[in-house]
Amino acid sequence: MKILVIARLTFLEAARRKIALTAFLLGLAFLILYNLAFYFVRSQPNSIPNQALAQREAYNLLLMAGLYAANFMAGVMAVLLAADSLSGEISSGAIHTIVSKPVYRFVVVFGKWLGFAGLLALYILLLAGGLVLSVGIQANYYPPNLLVGLGLMYLEGLLVMSLTLAFSSRLSTLATGAAVFGLYGFAFLGGWVEQIGTLLKNQTAIDIGVAASLFMPSESLWRRAAYEMTSPILRALGNFNPFGGGGSVPSTFMIFYAALFTLAALGLAIRAFSQRDL
Amino acid sequence: MNAIETTILRKEFGSRVAVKGLTLQVQQGEVFGFLGPNGAGKTTFIKMLLGLIRPTSGQGLLLGATVGSVAARAKAGFLPEHFRFHDWLTADEFLSFHGQLYGLSSSDLKQRSANLLEKVGLSEYRHQQLRTFSKGMLQRIGLAQALLNRPSLVFLDEPTSGLDPVGRRLVRDVIRDLRADGATVFLNSHLLSEVEITCDRVAFIKHGEVLRTTTLQALSSTPLGIDGETAVTLRAAGLTPLLIAGLENFGRDVHVDGERVTLTVTAESALPQIARYLVSQGAELFALTPQRVSLEDLFIQIVGTDGGL
Repeated sequence: MKILVIARLTFLEAARRKIALTAFLLGLAFLILYNLAFYFVRSQPNSIPNQALAQREAYNLLLMAGLYAANFMAGVMAVLLAADSLSGEISSGAIHTIVSKPVYRFVVVFGKWLGFAGLLALYILLLAGGLVLSVGIQANYYPPNLLVGLGLMYLEGLLVMSLTLAFSSRLSTLATGAAVFGLYGFAFLGGWVEQIGTLLKNQTAIDIGVAASLFMPSESLWRRAAYEMTSPILRALGNFNPFGGGGSVPSTFMIFYAALFTLAALGLAIRAFSQRDL
Repeated sequence: MNAIETTILRKEFGSRVAVKGLTLQVQQGEVFGFLGPNGAGKTTFIKMLLGLIRPTSGQGLLLGATVGSVAARAKAGFLPEHFRFHDWLTADEFLSFHGQLYGLSSSDLKQRSANLLEKVGLSEYRHQQLRTFSKGMLQRIGLAQALLNRPSLVFLDEPTSGLDPVGRRLVRDVIRDLRADGATVFLNSHLLSEVEITCDRVAFIKHGEVLRTTTLQALSSTPLGIDGETAVTLRAAGLTPLLIAGLENFGRDVHVDGERVTLTVTAESALPQIARYLVSQGAELFALTPQRVSLEDLFIQIVGTDGGL
């Protein structure tokens, strides 16, 4: 399977160019910082309520804060991994010896996609899994719908990575980074507009937020993931949650739409790369 | 079946025409030189044949398969001009990766890699990352990856540009071996002396068109230039002023430098006449050499001196 040969090369590149090691060490630093913060918050008198139920809500809020940061970092990692993959090899000419082999171009793109998807899964598992484990070990608390939540976070990473790959097949590395980070920020802002619209009961703001999500659905995936992992009481209480777990909740339709968006971005990457001159 | 057969293959990049309409046949087993000035469209043509660039119009076959198709590439090898490889791979890993893209089995690949590393003189560097390689070593490993699949047709785009004399000899040996195995070699090179040594036939290309094709045998078998004249150098002892004056009957521009005389003749038949004349007049003739047309002379005559600009 030549797809797996390309995917393996992507893994090897991450290892050899110290991408994996750097991400692992900084991820570890992130977890150490979070664990220290969580420990000291817990150990400070009156910072966490005494009642068991209220404690669980506080732990949930603290965990969601960590996952919020992890989700952002996963999005950034998705862009950094894929931005230079096609455009870098095209501009350097390294792609010539690959594409002149008896290999269909879609195999090259899909192989890279698969490799990045694997790396992204490991990264999210390290950060988000590490956070959940940290809170679980220290406070014996685990959030609800953990697998669904992590799955949605992973889907967001895949969406951002696929879009990056699509841009990378046509644009330079820098232009790709600028375009995807721009869209990522656009979606982030759109999510907040929708949240604030929900809080203020302003339908126009809500509509603008939904339209922004349709244009770039990455943020809606995080808000749905946060909603799934937020405790039922916090969900019921809050119209607004700074970490995206309350207020306006993206529908299941939006999740399917985001999944289709991801596939379309991958399709676009394959099509653009297959048709271009190298 | 020809190894390469193209009919009015054309490539435009926007309003710029890179290849005007190239019609070419290269026979199987031939070592074919593709010559032209910078920007003549040589690399674009190779890229079209290998599917890196889509032709705007025209048709072509590579070993009977449509140019650019996977089937066409399966039996081809390619060393690009501006080779850039994944330099974080070791030489072994690099060949393994490219061998897998050719679909070689792991046992075949292992043996083939070892043989090729030996052939290009990189066996002792097999576990070294390519980033530590010199330009010449990269060219050698690039050559090895182009031969992994025992290709029937090999494209070598400036294969000796980064190589020292030993490396250039190695490329010549590889080309000789490929020819002996019946493979076709399509050589794009500016080093005309290399082309002259290795190629069976050459095509001169300018502004994306073939201006002329000729065999190297035809070039070397005739001492006369295209304008019908050629210079002759002779070395003889006992040359008197009278004898030298008599040489004017066979040609013009007679110059004497000790025992060495040069003159320009207009017909090949003048050569034995000069030899007979000198001997009959008591001179001792040591050498009589017609200055054959070099590939470089022919290149300049056909392509011109404007560099294709």
